[in-house]
Amino acid sequence: MGRKLAGAMAEQRTGPAAGEAILQVRGLTKRLGAVEALRDVTFTVHEGESFVIMGPSGAGKSVLLKHLVGLLRPDAGEIVLWGLPVHDADEATWDRLRTRIGVVFQSAALFDSLTVGENVAFPLRRHRRLPEAEVRRIVAAKLRLVDLEGVEDRFPAELSGGMRKRVGIARALALDPELILYDEPTGGLDPLTARAVDALIARLRAQLAVTSVIVTHDLETAFGVGGRRALLWEGRLVAVGPPQAVAADPRPEVQSFLGSRPQVTRPAAVGPR
Amino acid sequence: MEALYAHIDGHFESHLDRVRRFVRQPSISADGTGIPEMAELLATEIVRLGGQGFVGGLVSLSLAREAAPVFTAVTVAGRIGAGFAAEIGTMAVTEQLDALRVLATDPVRYLVVPRLLAGLVMLPVLTVFANAAGFVGGLLIAASGGVSPPVYLASVRRFLDAYDLVSGLGKAAAFGVIIALIGAYRGLVAAGGAEGVGRATTGAVVTAIVLILVCNYFLDLVLF
Repeated sequence: MGRKLAGAMAEQRTGPAAGEAILQVRGLTKRLGAVEALRDVTFTVHEGESFVIMGPSGAGKSVLLKHLVGLLRPDAGEIVLWGLPVHDADEATWDRLRTRIGVVFQSAALFDSLTVGENVAFPLRRHRRLPEAEVRRIVAAKLRLVDLEGVEDRFPAELSGGMRKRVGIARALALDPELILYDEPTGGLDPLTARAVDALIARLRAQLAVTSVIVTHDLETAFGVGGRRALLWEGRLVAVGPPQAVAADPRPEVQSFLGSRPQVTRPAAVGPR
Repeated sequence: MEALYAHIDGHFESHLDRVRRFVRQPSISADGTGIPEMAELLATEIVRLGGQGFVGGLVSLSLAREAAPVFTAVTVAGRIGAGFAAEIGTMAVTEQLDALRVLATDPVRYLVVPRLLAGLVMLPVLTVFANAAGFVGGLLIAASGGVSPPVYLASVRRFLDAYDLVSGLGKAAAFGVIIALIGAYRGLVAAGGAEGVGRATTGAVVTAIVLILVCNYFLDLVLF
């Protein structure tokens, strides 16, 4: 009940005021080859909130996300997770933290040599000593949470893109993480399926009160899942804040990115030609 | 001396024909073309030169020390090594390796170590089969070429000892490690989609075979 209430409150929250800081990123800089992928990125994510990092392709969103789970190490700057500085942590420390973080990959990244059930059970079998019946019960429960039932024995290749994405979310939820990171949750999906995934993310957040960081180039997602948002532009975070504040930001990057949102007025502009 | 030269000159054409027969005989170990014919040809020639007593020893010794471990390793590198590189490479380019890491699972421990053990154990096992098949094959071909099985077996007993077999299997174990490590490594570092997986697979086979041959040379220096 307490968690539910916290979730409902988080829904209301738009500013960085309430909730304990779960994730703090300060001055994060990363160079990949000749490209400065991230430049002085600073933001904070609070417990229970959903934080959307939006930006065009190639802005450095995935690079940023990889830093948050230790898949990449920054050249400069700090990352603090649950009060623990992790930017130069070793793999063992990261592995302990990773069991508290769920990651949903752009391509779902299901293990295609394992069935759906084995995929969702993977983190349970690796990190929890549970009787087989209990594992199967949790797997079924997580799959139900993402509106899938009776697909345990199918292989990822037999599923549609949207279903794979849902299984990826179920696997990320398997260990009941305190923080979920979504990398382009609607990437590669048709608009209808994409909106269903948006709705699922919003519902999970309300239902589980789990802190979510969503990285997306899809404006519908950015505005559909609620919470604070930030715009990443050529490796820099140019605007951070509640939706209205970001939408009203006069900077040309912000306006040009938000202006790319498909509107009904669009065809008219093309019409005369 | 004169008679010797006369014999050589007199039979020059017939000797040249025997060499020509050898050169004409196609023999491709990769797909088995002409292998039995070649073996039979060689057996006949050895018998003609009075080498009946050496056939068994020659065949089993070269099998145990060289042919069985090396040919098994080259075949396995082409099939299993390529498979490792393709499978792990596909996992690399589809974020599955990243997924393993964020699920707090070390890809090296989860993917590479079991394959390494498999290579270490199974390549010697396959080499035992190669030895057995080669031994039986040699026996049959020799018999058809005029070397009776008892003579063949006696020759094997005379020339082959346990050390040859065991060191051959040891070489096979080393080759198994090479195949698994190279295949897994090429897979782990694969990047760039389907093309990258293709490059990783080809690279794994080529690198593994070259390393097997180089390693074989140095192992021979140490072992024999």
